[in-house]
Amino acid sequence: MKKLSNQKYSSLMKSLGILPILILIVVLFSFLNSNFLSGNNLTNVLRQASINIVLAAGMTLVILTGGIDLSVGSILASTAVISLVTSLSPVMGHFGVPVGLLFGLLIGIINGSLIAFLGLPPFIVTLGTMTAFRGAAYLLAGGTTVINNDLGFSWIGNNYLGPVPWLSVIALVVIGLTWFLLKRTVTGVRIYAVGGNAQAARLTGIKLWKIMLIVYGISGLLSGLAGVMLSSRLYSANGLLGQGYELDAIAAVILGGTSMTGGMGGIFGTLIGALIIAVLNNGLTIMNISFFWQLVIRGVVIIIAVVIDTFRVGRKRD
Amino acid sequence: MDKRESILQIEHLSKSFPGVKALDDVNLEVSEGEVHVVMGENGAGKSTLMKILAGVYHADEGRIVLDGKEVFIASPQDAINQGINLIYQELSVAPNISVSENIFLGSEKSRFGIVDRSEMNRISRGILRTLGAAFPPETRAGTLSIAEQQQIEIARALNHQSRILIMDEPTAALSDRETDKLFEVVFSLRDQGIAVLYISHRMNEVIRIADRVSILRDGQYVGTLDKEDINPDTIVTMMVGRSLEDFYEHKISTNIRPGTFIVENISDGKTVNETSFSVGAGEILGLAGLVGAGRTEMSRLIFGIDKKTSGQIYLDGEKLSIQSPGDAIKYGLGFVPEDRKLQGLFLQMSVGDNISMNVLGNLSKAGILKHSTSNNYARGPMSDLNVRAASTSVSVESLSGGNQQKVLLARWLAIKPKVLILDEPTRGVDVGAKSEIYKIMGELASQGVAIIFISSELPEIVGIAQRVLIMREGSIVSEISNKDEISQENIMYYATGAKTPNYTYKKTAGKI
Repeated sequence: MKKLSNQKYSSLMKSLGILPILILIVVLFSFLNSNFLSGNNLTNVLRQASINIVLAAGMTLVILTGGIDLSVGSILASTAVISLVTSLSPVMGHFGVPVGLLFGLLIGIINGSLIAFLGLPPFIVTLGTMTAFRGAAYLLAGGTTVINNDLGFSWIGNNYLGPVPWLSVIALVVIGLTWFLLKRTVTGVRIYAVGGNAQAARLTGIKLWKIMLIVYGISGLLSGLAGVMLSSRLYSANGLLGQGYELDAIAAVILGGTSMTGGMGGIFGTLIGALIIAVLNNGLTIMNISFFWQLVIRGVVIIIAVVIDTFRVGRKRD
Repeated sequence: MDKRESILQIEHLSKSFPGVKALDDVNLEVSEGEVHVVMGENGAGKSTLMKILAGVYHADEGRIVLDGKEVFIASPQDAINQGINLIYQELSVAPNISVSENIFLGSEKSRFGIVDRSEMNRISRGILRTLGAAFPPETRAGTLSIAEQQQIEIARALNHQSRILIMDEPTAALSDRETDKLFEVVFSLRDQGIAVLYISHRMNEVIRIADRVSILRDGQYVGTLDKEDINPDTIVTMMVGRSLEDFYEHKISTNIRPGTFIVENISDGKTVNETSFSVGAGEILGLAGLVGAGRTEMSRLIFGIDKKTSGQIYLDGEKLSIQSPGDAIKYGLGFVPEDRKLQGLFLQMSVGDNISMNVLGNLSKAGILKHSTSNNYARGPMSDLNVRAASTSVSVESLSGGNQQKVLLARWLAIKPKVLILDEPTRGVDVGAKSEIYKIMGELASQGVAIIFISSELPEIVGIAQRVLIMREGSIVSEISNKDEISQENIMYYATGAKTPNYTYKKTAGKI
């Protein structure tokens, strides 16, 4: 009996993941700065986290299959520019959002096809598309910043649903849908299967190429969504947007306990991971800590959090 | 035989790994100057026991008494210091340095910090002479044969004043002549008073060299036989825990329909050449041969995993077009691969997901699954196949080898296969589960499944198969369809090429 309750305890701890660490950081900041827990500031944190949450949701799917998507930041930039450019065109003015989303999906499918049909490593493929579409973003923006002060979809980045920013609503809906995909669909189970053991997955008749197109396609689509969200918030877009965002997304996924080798993890952890990063950024900023120190602290916290998690869950090390 | 001095006693030793009890209250007593053979099936606990003695693992419970004193063996180095040396199956000889440097590896002789090669060579030469080795200590180790490298390891043990030498299947990679030579060395070590603990699977050599035989089964100590009591039947019965008839007992279909599943001229242009055979519904067809004979490769071609360059496949008279495993599954073919961890299971996923993986599409509505669909589905097969797990939601990783294998079988039974290819289905599985797997095979056959049973363990081919095809170098070389003629010897003649091939393909082979 004792063994069973131990097992239950450890599986409970596993499902909580790094939530205790998030709570710890929140409590710490609320003691250090009285403004931290104010409603206004918490809304800020949620909004600041939203873009990374959307990118990290797609990244979770990709990493669960044992892959990686380095191109999300570049896809974000080029879709942001395309949406803005489209919104400025007299004929297509109303189609900024769908054009952006389709563009993101298309790049994702290009990533997925190169990986699935040519058997190239995801790291290489997305390193290539990361570079290429960063360039494309600059080209599309004509090397400058595209501005539309009369942006039709500016409500996405600036309005609220009740007290909650639309950006955060979208991020939470993305998390919910990703959860549903992973836990309640055949595709979700197959994503775990492919990441856990690709050879075995093939023998059970799973078409690996299909899964690759799906996960990289979704990652591209969500990067496009993030691009729309960011450009809407800024009323503008340029080739610089989203630089380094892929690393924040990867950090959120890893913090959330998803294994880089694939097959293990989930979307709930990713949400917490993204919130930890956002809370750190926000808390350190309102405490007037210099940006340089923020980077150092963020890096250290990421490493410590993963170390604690590794020991707490007692992962096997053989 | 005069009474030899007892040197090592193992008392009530237990050791658990997550999910398995590898050793359970094991006792063993070893005397100096004896060759003490330890036998047991895969997973019986032999290697664990030896690794505890060699300091690689630590026991959870129990005592090890050496020369009348209880000892704790902290590390491999500690074991060597206490006079216990383990010679691993995989030799640990460094190929690019000399023999004597290998012998003194980790305990190099030096003068004022400078390696003293001539002293090392001098001592090595002496040790090598007592072993009857034909090579000088200056030779580069990598240029020697495996048998000679083994002698280096033995020399290393002697150099450490080893009193207990553990050898883990030392003849696995040796030729007959080299084996004879090794035995001479083992006998001379014994005569010098060294205790040799010898792990082996090979009945012939056990009978030749053992002074005593101890048997482990499922992590438990079964007993020890003295020289005069050693005979194959007693050993086998002790190893499997029941008579062979009970062990292999399974249902035999009375209604075989020959020619249900036909494979013609299948090849891949490399390992498998133009092979044809047929198997009937209700039949268990054994596919025997040496490792590398092309049995697995052929199955992979049939199942659409690898690309075939030629060949047709028919089921119930219909020609099948199999391009991928998905196609094979659609036609009702099942394939349990030989390496269940590498090719079969999703170790971190639940028992439920693993069992239902092949039928998830059917369990869903438009791709959407209800809460714990797979766990609910898996409960039936899990109890049918007697999978012992706390629940369907535990990860497969935590199960024992036998239960893992049953999970994999359950997955393939879920598609209600008409043809089931089982590639080494009992490898790394404990004795009890083996017997259960044979019974499941019998049950399936009597329900009309055509079973292709690949195994490298000849006793189970002899015990289970109704008809045997023997493969050698990518072709079927012989067929034994008379159950009485299926014997290990008959199979080996063809598998090794000692008898010339005599196989002729018949569309409707097998008895009715």
